[in-house]
Amino acid sequence: MKFGVIKFPGSNCDQDAYYTVKDVLGQPVEYLWHGDAELKGVDCVIVPGGFSYGDYLRCGAIARFSPAMIATQEFAASGGLVLGICNGFQVLCESHLLPGALVRNDGQKFVCKQVHLKTENADTPFTGTLSPGQVLQIPIAHGEGKYVCDEAVLAELNIANRVLFRYCDTDGNRSESSNPNGSQDDIAGIASANFNVLGLMPHPERASDPALGSAEGRAIFESLLKFWQ
Amino acid sequence: MAQVKVYITLKPSLLDAQGKVVQGALHQLGYEGVEQVRIGKYVEMTVGDGPQRDTQIAEMCEKLLANPVIEDYRYEVLA
Repeated sequence: MKFGVIKFPGSNCDQDAYYTVKDVLGQPVEYLWHGDAELKGVDCVIVPGGFSYGDYLRCGAIARFSPAMIATQEFAASGGLVLGICNGFQVLCESHLLPGALVRNDGQKFVCKQVHLKTENADTPFTGTLSPGQVLQIPIAHGEGKYVCDEAVLAELNIANRVLFRYCDTDGNRSESSNPNGSQDDIAGIASANFNVLGLMPHPERASDPALGSAEGRAIFESLLKFWQ
Repeated sequence: MAQVKVYITLKPSLLDAQGKVVQGALHQLGYEGVEQVRIGKYVEMTVGDGPQRDTQIAEMCEKLLANPVIEDYRYEVLA
């Protein structure tokens, strides 16, 4: 399974994603330059974390119109797999590949710490190796990660099981203290209507190797491989 | 050419934490009657004249300058 990792000016998790695919998963991977509309025949596009275009105007607002993202939007429309992590999630929302938006954390601070996520839907290309309710320890690192959407969108996300991950505590219980940024309904990650696009604020690529403190994010990448085979 | 001023603010339904904190600071300074502080963005630009001018300004706001999911905008065109 061939992966592509987009490099925007200001991306800073592109190398982590590249490392995870190449060295942890042992799969082929290429960087995709933001200025190129060519996706190099990849099977999955990763939109990495960072501060694309300096987060000018709004996080992800400028990246949306880059040639690589225009190509990614067409790729996703034809069923291609797209994984947006952190700033990548913000880019996917700005691109309208996912509904809603990410705004400043309730606490006004950049939050960088390990959090726990509850797997809400284990029947998608991104979660097929997980079991329903499984708790993953994965780090977050963001200042604008509070997910917001209107009531109609929230209802649609819940009815269609499109919320794949919610913030929780170590036992999988949700409370105000287990929500690090004030996200609506504790939402950490959502999928598109066809489940071929996932955006999430936590960083599974930074939790893919035991040396990094947790290897529990690896399951998301392994799910993609399982789906592809 | 016309000068355009665009004002962008978070939708009233969203907490404007920055505005709230600044409002608290104003109260501390003794300006206790201050309410509804909202902090937003201001964009200035010049655009060419043409029959599509107003449509294009609205398009620019919808597509890029504001995110209609979370923000409201208004603009003024100065001849």
